[in-house]
Amino acid sequence: TERANLAGVQHILLVLSGKGGVGKSTLSTELALALRNAGKRVGILDVDLCGPSIPRMLRVQDSAVHQCDSGWVPVFVGQDKAIALMSIGFLLERPDDAVVWRGPKKNALIKQFVTDVAWGDLDFLIVDTPPGTSDEHISTVEALRPYQLLGAVLVTTPQ
Amino acid sequence: AEAAELRARLRAVRHTVLVLSGKGGVGKSTFSALLAHGLAADETKQVALLDIDICGPSIPKMMGLEGEQVHQSGSGWSPVYVEENLGVMSVGFLLSSLDDAVIWRGPKKNGLIKQFLRDVDWGEVDYLIVDTPPGTSDEHLSIVQYLSATHIDGAVIVTTPQEVSLQDVRKEINFCRKVKLPIIGVVENMSGFVCPKCKNESQIFPPTTGGAEKMCQNLSVSLLGKVPLDPQIGKSCDRGQSFLAEAPESPATLSYRNIIQRIQEYCEQHHLQEEKIM
Repeated sequence: TERANLAGVQHILLVLSGKGGVGKSTLSTELALALRNAGKRVGILDVDLCGPSIPRMLRVQDSAVHQCDSGWVPVFVGQDKAIALMSIGFLLERPDDAVVWRGPKKNALIKQFVTDVAWGDLDFLIVDTPPGTSDEHISTVEALRPYQLLGAVLVTTPQ
Repeated sequence: AEAAELRARLRAVRHTVLVLSGKGGVGKSTFSALLAHGLAADETKQVALLDIDICGPSIPKMMGLEGEQVHQSGSGWSPVYVEENLGVMSVGFLLSSLDDAVIWRGPKKNGLIKQFLRDVDWGEVDYLIVDTPPGTSDEHLSIVQYLSATHIDGAVIVTTPQEVSLQDVRKEINFCRKVKLPIIGVVENMSGFVCPKCKNESQIFPPTTGGAEKMCQNLSVSLLGKVPLDPQIGKSCDRGQSFLAEAPESPATLSYRNIIQRIQEYCEQHHLQEEKIM
């Protein structure tokens, strides 16, 4: 089943930046909406454990998630509720709780996120990341390497 | 023994201020650099600026110190001096190429932070300012842990007005409370833009949920001030110059100076209270 959860995903796209606050989450959201508009089956994975912005951007910040036999069931968002979203934000009991974890605990969660979400068949899975080049990034790339990793889009601002 | 080593090294530091934010790109490093410049304008004060953003160290460029190397002496690593009374340390100085990515996991980052605190020969310091990366992770836990050997006057938390920033900043405030780090207050950056030609004010990042002001009210923390957007700020940072010196008439400069003064007053008052207790 580990293999199965990402087996139906045609293209995995990472949205990265060294710098924070340049618009990664904004772009990830808009990209997902645009691809959906073009008739594609889309999912978003938000691995920013400290600052998960995607749920609010898609107005599902109060959603809860549950598990099925094959893993976590994503939250369906967008006008036609057809974009699949998974974010650490959904697992926090209180939204203002800080996720104050060191690397090893973050790595364990990311690995679970990547392999345990029942995405189903998707044309595109967009992975939104936190700023930097650290635990989250290393773990995400390692966990995604066996799958259909299309590549990375890098976001910046002019300065 | 390690704690004793850190305590010894930091004994000559009078005030320590951490600059934090849950959110990236809100102006932590910009603020840290200007706080350092602002405090160092008093030549009788010795100021130290420590950049522990290991993945994205912005301070060397902002302070005009790109390409500088760190020297070792018998008494430890020497900070790089911008002015006689303003010393800087950053992982940026340790990289052989400016584009080298530091792709380290938590434990290695923690090790470097400890080394910075233990091995840098700051000398006598009136203000130690610590610039941090965004988030609430290894770096933040470590700096609070290691600095408990001395004491931290408090944290200045930086945000921008929009809810997407505030929701991360609330987490940061909760982090501070969790680790018992006093909060000096919140700075709202990019708070409006005044056109230099027509003088009209625009909200580039509208405070859809009341901005930092409402958040501070709700969470009972102090709002130290709001700083408007000024394109000169970004330019000065890119060129490694002090914005306060380059644009003394800007409304943003006035805001920064007021905020810096409030931080200074907080630290001095804190010190007096401590002395009373002792």
